Amino acid sequence: MTDSADSLKALYQSIVLEHSRSPHNTGRLEEPSTSATGHNPLCGDKITVFVQADGDSLTALKFEATACAICTASASIMTETVDNRSRGAASETIRRTLDAFEHQRNLDDLPGDMAAFAEVCRYPSRVKCATLPWQTLHVALNENTTTTTTE
Amino acid sequence: MTASSESSLSPAVDPLNGHDVRRDFPVLDQQINGNRLAFLDSAASAQRPRPVLEAIAAYEERDHANVHRGVHTLSHRATEAYESARKKVRRFVNAASEREIVFTRGTTEAINLVAATLSQSWTSGDEIIVTELEHHANIVPWQMLADQHGFRLRVLPINNRGELLVEQLPDLINDRTRLLCLAHVSNALGTINPVTECVAMARARNVRTLIDGAQAVPHMPVDVRAVDCDFYAFSGHKMYGPTGIGVLYGRESLMQSLPPWQGGGDMILTVSFSGTTFNELPYRFEAGTPNIAGAIGLGAAIDYLESIGMANVATRESALLKYATDKLTELPGLRLIGTAANKTSVLSFTVEGTHPHDLGTILDHQGVAIRTGHHCAMPVMEHFNIAGTARASLGIYNTTDDIDQLYKGLTKALEMLR
Ligand SMILES: Cc1ncc(COP(=O)(O)O)c(C=O)c1O
Repeated sequence: MTDSADSLKALYQSIVLEHSRSPHNTGRLEEPSTSATGHNPLCGDKITVFVQADGDSLTALKFEATACAICTASASIMTETVDNRSRGAASETIRRTLDAFEHQRNLDDLPGDMAAFAEVCRYPSRVKCATLPWQTLHVALNENTTTTTTE
Repeated sequence: MTASSESSLSPAVDPLNGHDVRRDFPVLDQQINGNRLAFLDSAASAQRPRPVLEAIAAYEERDHANVHRGVHTLSHRATEAYESARKKVRRFVNAASEREIVFTRGTTEAINLVAATLSQSWTSGDEIIVTELEHHANIVPWQMLADQHGFRLRVLPINNRGELLVEQLPDLINDRTRLLCLAHVSNALGTINPVTECVAMARARNVRTLIDGAQAVPHMPVDVRAVDCDFYAFSGHKMYGPTGIGVLYGRESLMQSLPPWQGGGDMILTVSFSGTTFNELPYRFEAGTPNIAGAIGLGAAIDYLESIGMANVATRESALLKYATDKLTELPGLRLIGTAANKTSVLSFTVEGTHPHDLGTILDHQGVAIRTGHHCAMPVMEHFNIAGTARASLGIYNTTDDIDQLYKGLTKALEMLR
């Protein structure tokens, strides 16, 4: 019981709960350079990520989500982590994050506060909750590469 | 349940008094994360009692061979067991004849069988009525068909308690209406629909009827002749039987007129390159080697349910539903989704300030298994303007202990999340 209770506390640790209760950077960007919507068909959750780019650098990120605490907190932390990076650096951060969850490795090296999500790997059905915002951002950055530079 | 370690409803409301159902289900006898397992996800798939597991094992260990084919002893035994399961199904739903009982992979396949065959006489512009509370299995096949052939789907809506607006049904029917597709019981809301009344309205206007009985058959006595529907579909795994087996009941006169569905062995009488003659009912709709062990397991599940009595099952579950409803609604911020006057033991809910997915994980930690999400009924979620619910669904083995454990688990989840 204690082992399992500890794991649950690690999953819903205070940093995750703080971000899920009052997520940062929520809302829409009126004229985003790019955006994408991601769905989790398992639970019906949905997130839209909006990106503002200025040349090569990402100047603003916002998201709107109907999602669980894990997904909402992950999105909130993602917007803070990636904000103000170059496209290249952002893509590298996304790649590293998704790789860490997919292969369950280097979880201690997750960028920024994302390390708080290491425990989610013990919950196979919840990994997708943590990765959905990142996958959605990946799509936003890769599908509209032409439009993002035209602003 | 006197000598039982499980507390339960008082004997006065417990028609299963003395029969400790939970002990018949080996899977329930385990700890999850150090806690007693409270399995509250029977609407997704129910657990199997020992007699079902034993019937399958006995068949696999002693009697297996292909059915309807061999002259040898094992083939006789297998055929006998398979056909005896069909007899049990016929009796269980009170069909007129075993020719009306087709084994399928489940409810989904049964509905697809009807979609593929019945529609062959329809023409573009014909209409199909479904309801707002259907499972995707009773929506998507009709949508696909409609897209392909130019049929039109019409939807009978629900009110905010999750009850069908039956009075609107006559207005949805016109001279192009071919079929009414209707769940007997909603898996997401628990609503028991007035199927007999709806079928009568449809039949009066010459409209065929298909009832999705997946969530009804495990919880109440079902009589397809009293309902008077043309088709009735259900799944083994929701009624304490195995997965991969289900049933399509079809009115014989109508089934006789349907074209065959899948082609292959068993569904033919003679095959030559100048032509093939098809087998009689129900074999015409059972192409290929069937799920023999599954049918036998389903037959054993029916024996088990009949030993308890479906009327007893219904009475007991409705007492437990009342207990659970009273208890859960004590929780501040909890909103029940699905409050029909007439419902089975399904409690779908949301809790203010929390997401069902998080509730599900925290409950699992306390040994409580519930389902979260849209329950394959996204139009229902849309009606209530929510992404999903947490759903506790009860079965014959549940007790007040399970409900108390759920309540305690929810209290703890709320402490953590809010
Ligand atoms: C009302 C209803 N219809 C149809 C189905 C589909 O049943 P199956 O997946 O066994 O084919 C289900 C199962 O979830 C159900 O609850």
